[in-house]
Amino acid sequence: MKVELRIQRFNPEKDSKPHFENYAVECEPTDRVLDAILQVKGVLDGSLTLRKSCAHGICGSDGMQINGRNMLACKVLVKNLKQPIVIEPLKGFKIVKDLVVDMKSFFEKYRSVQPYLQNEDPVPEKERLQSPAERERFDDTTKCILCACCTTACPSFWSDPNYVGPAAIVQAHRFLFDSRDKAKEERLNVLDSREGVWRCRTIFNCSDACPREIDVTRAISEVKRNLLFKKL
Amino acid sequence: MSQPLDYRSGRPVPTENSFELFAWFFMRVSGVLLLLLAIGHLVIMHLINSIDNINYQFVVERWKTPFWRAYDGLLLFLALIHGMNGIRTILDDYLRPGGWRVFWMSVLYTTGFIILFAGFLTIFTFQPQ
Repeated sequence: MKVELRIQRFNPEKDSKPHFENYAVECEPTDRVLDAILQVKGVLDGSLTLRKSCAHGICGSDGMQINGRNMLACKVLVKNLKQPIVIEPLKGFKIVKDLVVDMKSFFEKYRSVQPYLQNEDPVPEKERLQSPAERERFDDTTKCILCACCTTACPSFWSDPNYVGPAAIVQAHRFLFDSRDKAKEERLNVLDSREGVWRCRTIFNCSDACPREIDVTRAISEVKRNLLFKKL
Repeated sequence: MSQPLDYRSGRPVPTENSFELFAWFFMRVSGVLLLLLAIGHLVIMHLINSIDNINYQFVVERWKTPFWRAYDGLLLFLALIHGMNGIRTILDDYLRPGGWRVFWMSVLYTTGFIILFAGFLTIFTFQPQ
């Protein structure tokens, strides 16, 4: 089938602002948007720049806006999309080139919630045990691949680039509700601020955007409730 | 003075302040209360009575009991603060820090608290003639 793509291009060395260019490629209906983009890059215009790595929805590097919604280009089939397929970089970050955005601030926020297990107790002989129920408590938020689809779908983030954002809160949630972790206080402290969870307006764009189907808004609400009950 | 930065992330260290937490909680609690109070208000003022027979005498009768004064006072307080906090978050979302935000926040708080004061003055110092 013929697939028409409308891709936002931006070359900082030549362009003053981004513009769209149209391409047409021949694809199988079961090809993914990533395949179509790679065909453009391979056959029509080698200067088209994008991030991609595993191409199987695991590494989270090809998050982009496709027909107005944030998705992983490697997880959506061309036959399921309205044509022309409009492809733009993730919103709210500075564009480096074409579909590549500067994610420095995103990872700064990720680091700010201390996304690693902290436990100063003496190390047990084998492992820190956890019941299946305790593990289940934060199972949903372990699925995050840091693709930034949620954060860049969030209007609160667009209006306030200092907002810690859904992805960092999801990461904090993963450790806050982990029975083995002992640094809850510090993490909650980071989130209990104007630019922390309280910037969230429960818009649900993050949950819609998540390619791993994490219930992001629910995770944020659980952190809010946790903070509230800690203070009351 | 600029806020100290977190060494891990380079982001500002949050200051110990639970204002946003309680503002968030207040919106939920006041929202539920307002639903009940406003429905009560609607039923009494517009369904049981009508605006045609609500007059000065009606208010005198109603405000003879402290219960209705408290009811109206609570309705006024919750509705105004709930609304003001809603507008505050909207201004926070749509205006960047700077002169215009300070200006509209000042307008919001000044008018809001004047209306609140005037309303309380009326409800709690009202004397039938």
